[in-house]
Amino acid sequence: MRPVAITGVGQTPVREHWDVGLRELAVQAIWAALEDAADPKVEALFVGNMLSGMMASQEHLAVLIADYAGLRGIEAVKVELACASGAAAFRQAVLAVASGAVRTAVAVGVEKLTERSIHATTEGLASAADADYEAAMGISFVALNALLMRRYMHEYGYQKSDFAPFVQLAHENAQANPNALFHFEVGRDQYEKSRMVADPICLLDSSPVADGAAAVVITAEETRAAGPQIPVWVHACEIGTDTIALDNRKDPLWMKGVEVSTRKALQRASLDHSRIRLFELHDAFSIMSALSLESAGFAEQGQAVRLANEGIFQLTGRLPMATAGGLKARGHPVGATGIYQIVEAVLQFQQRAPQPLQLEGVEYAMTQNIGGSGASVVTTILGRNKP
Amino acid sequence: MGIPRNWRLRNQRYRLVGSQCPQCQNLFFPPRQVCPHCYNSELSEFVFSGKGSVYSFTVLYQTTPKFEFQIPYIVALIDLNEGPRITAQLTDVDAEEVRIGMPVEMVVRKISEENERGLIHYGYKFRPIAFPESE
Repeated sequence: MRPVAITGVGQTPVREHWDVGLRELAVQAIWAALEDAADPKVEALFVGNMLSGMMASQEHLAVLIADYAGLRGIEAVKVELACASGAAAFRQAVLAVASGAVRTAVAVGVEKLTERSIHATTEGLASAADADYEAAMGISFVALNALLMRRYMHEYGYQKSDFAPFVQLAHENAQANPNALFHFEVGRDQYEKSRMVADPICLLDSSPVADGAAAVVITAEETRAAGPQIPVWVHACEIGTDTIALDNRKDPLWMKGVEVSTRKALQRASLDHSRIRLFELHDAFSIMSALSLESAGFAEQGQAVRLANEGIFQLTGRLPMATAGGLKARGHPVGATGIYQIVEAVLQFQQRAPQPLQLEGVEYAMTQNIGGSGASVVTTILGRNKP
Repeated sequence: MGIPRNWRLRNQRYRLVGSQCPQCQNLFFPPRQVCPHCYNSELSEFVFSGKGSVYSFTVLYQTTPKFEFQIPYIVALIDLNEGPRITAQLTDVDAEEVRIGMPVEMVVRKISEENERGLIHYGYKFRPIAFPESE
């Protein structure tokens, strides 16, 4: 496999984009990324999307987007892996280029969750769980996370308010990101008073449903056009999986998929945890942040919440996370989220993150995109230097 | 949920029929075709007793359209006494009374219904055991 680099990135603001459809949203992100990469010749398009069928009655999505992006005729495939669809599409693009099958590929993540009522969206998102044995019993996605959070609090003796720092840091960082959905601060007090959605998960624990698209251009070294941006190298992009149903896991608080994909990615990149200076994790819910940090090996089991209260994950801390607001405050347009994470990490390497979010001296960054309640996990490591 | 699917799942919904691997003795709910531990594909039927305890639970205040009329309702992860864990609603109990570790037993109840002319879905829910047998 040959080294591959990201040479262009694009993103739309995360919003309720009632005035544009799936295709327009995707085209905006793709064109922004192509312009950023100085207009390379694209040979393949991988589209990350979860719910175009349920929300917009549109399958066969990739070819529609390719056509409307001015890329008619190229290979175009949709990749679906629930909330990890974006990073899964990214991996397919990386593999296509690294293998030599194509010279340049685009990965775009696009999702519109405001096409129909919030109930329809809730039902759509629940389809990432086991339809016969989880969703059919009246479980929602929030509820699955609530089951985890209650057990976690029970095992490790945390109070609900101990989770506030995850939410606060995301909202604080999002204020400087013009593409984020939310631009307001959250006080601890406000967090504690937030409306319950599925006890103990409140509204402020939950990432918001929204629309958005993000895209990256991926090229092999020898064919890289002299674009204006410093290339950011893909050191690893690995997938780990687990049972789709939460109840089928021996220890639901240990995310095997996170453990496996993180280990595979670190091995592929020949790195250990201490080299990762930025971790864009899948903070769909506060509890998901805690479990991800622990199962990925950045915290001992039961300790992530304590570390969050010590400020480790803030911009000034040892391992910043959600630097552009994360899923919590940038927003979580599910199939696009994995690409947003990668775009945000790329901007950090290129000194293009909005101030005061810019981190200094990041050599390696990890992004992690999770599908379902941890059933599929895509972990990507990006680096400043060529692998 | 369509008629074939509803019919197909009847043994799981009404009787908690799972499976057992004769080779490694592991039990599964829902039933599996292949044992994930030893890859044996000759699994046999196993009927669970329906007794268990609460591993975790949540009270839903927002949900999908099919379950909206039940809000607020309780969903739990239940450790069946034989081993496997199952996702189900709790019934005949107030949210304030539910505790992790609480002994529960399976009952068949209405899970959801479709429109006026559609199916009514029945299946397992769990309720507290009034006087759990001491073991």
